[in-house]
Amino acid sequence: MSDTPSLPTSPLKEPLEVRFRGGGFAPTSHRWIGMAVFVVLILVTEWGTRTGWISPLSLPQPSDVLATFGELWRSGQLFKHLVPSLTRFVVGALIGVSLGIIVGVQIGLFSYIRSGMVPLVAAIFPIPKIALLPLFVIWFGIGEGSKYALIAFGTFTPTVVATYGAVDNVDRSLIRMGQSFGLSWFSIVRKIVLPGAMPGILSGLRISLAIAIILLVAAEMLGAQYGIGAYILEAGSLYDLERLFAGVVMLSLLGILTSGAIGLIERRLLGWRI
Amino acid sequence: MDIRLDRISHSYGRSEILRDISLDVPSGQIVCLVGPSGCGKSTLLRFLGGLERPSAGRVLQLGTRPRGCLNPLTYVFQDFALLPWRTVRGNISLVLEDHGVKGAAADAIIEDVLSRTKLSDFAEALPKQLSGGMKQRVAIARALAVRPAVMLMDEPLSALDSQTRELLMDDLVALWTRQPFTAVYVTHNLAEAVRLGHKIVVLSRRPGQIRQIVDIEKPLSERSYGDADLEAIQKHLWELMREEARAADEELLDV
Repeated sequence: MSDTPSLPTSPLKEPLEVRFRGGGFAPTSHRWIGMAVFVVLILVTEWGTRTGWISPLSLPQPSDVLATFGELWRSGQLFKHLVPSLTRFVVGALIGVSLGIIVGVQIGLFSYIRSGMVPLVAAIFPIPKIALLPLFVIWFGIGEGSKYALIAFGTFTPTVVATYGAVDNVDRSLIRMGQSFGLSWFSIVRKIVLPGAMPGILSGLRISLAIAIILLVAAEMLGAQYGIGAYILEAGSLYDLERLFAGVVMLSLLGILTSGAIGLIERRLLGWRI
Repeated sequence: MDIRLDRISHSYGRSEILRDISLDVPSGQIVCLVGPSGCGKSTLLRFLGGLERPSAGRVLQLGTRPRGCLNPLTYVFQDFALLPWRTVRGNISLVLEDHGVKGAAADAIIEDVLSRTKLSDFAEALPKQLSGGMKQRVAIARALAVRPAVMLMDEPLSALDSQTRELLMDDLVALWTRQPFTAVYVTHNLAEAVRLGHKIVVLSRRPGQIRQIVDIEKPLSERSYGDADLEAIQKHLWELMREEARAADEELLDV
């Protein structure tokens, strides 16, 4: 008798091939599909507006928007609006993000600062910052100061939350390793905690900078002569859809550019990730 | 430099982990700590290097440190603990920088430890490019770089597959034979203990106490895979631990 018990089996007719049921759930990105979506949307709109299928009151013709851009460029108006906007965006975001990272790292490292700041940040986070613009105007003046402050304040809270979350997530075994080799506290923070928190800080930056763009426009709509926000507001109040869309396209481009820039930084700084 | 555990006891809250452990680790020897899971052997190792404080008792360093020693009590961790954003060279220079060893002096040490662990060709590789065995060799090289008086090895081979483990054991024996080092080696693998230990300390289950200390006279370099006398010792150790291991396994965790 053999050791293997014979199982009751039905007589085998045809060998049954094993059906593949794995795979999927691993999206990859194809750059050209993203481009194609934009191109198709624009072409459909162009075709629709030309044939009258889309009424010119509901959507402007993309080629007209492009023509508006050309006009903006020739008249020099483009940079008149773009330069102050970009300056506000860069200065405000720089202040907010750097303060946010500093405070976030401290919350991640010190118990007292954590206990004191986390409830405060939780209280500030949900306030629509735009509601505070009048306050900022009183504090920092009607000029650029209040706009910088608004953008800085708006980027500060998400950066703090992302940063201390990232510091919390740094592998404690690496910190113990640093201590066991006699590294100084400062070295552990600089060489282990900060690089370890970098992925989380950068993904928080994506959100913070998107918020910065939203606040930039809001601030410019409420009180600015030049800037993308002022331009859009003016076009909107005249129901000049071509110019309105030209402004919106500028914002979209700004969003794509910042996101691309962060992607570039991630590829440079985070090449060590699996 | 010798190291002495002087009546170490420890408890987390109400659960007692270790009870009255006294042990001498003589220099130039590898002392293996074995015991059922949860007996506190890794905790004991953390006391040895000052990463945790026992509730009672002291850890003493006896005698003078070897010359050029940067970090007398140096760990090799089970999970390697390499910085993923630094190359092999960067990971080793990390532990030298803070002791003021830079430039040519650091390079000399790094070249030396990389060649001793057969990693010279991989100095610029990132940890993600290395296999588990290679990562642990980097961690060993890093430990050697600070010229430790005592190496504290916390299940260094447990995260590796059994073939890699055999190879690394041979490497450790070769390293020790060329230049004897002092080590406390925590493991749950009895085969590792009988291959690498001059002295094997068997701990009981929680609360951990020393049940027996087994000395193995046979020189490390003469031991090899499947030696009959080592197998006999391993069997003896297993007899000692078997019931304890079963009881430990069936214990409810009240943490």
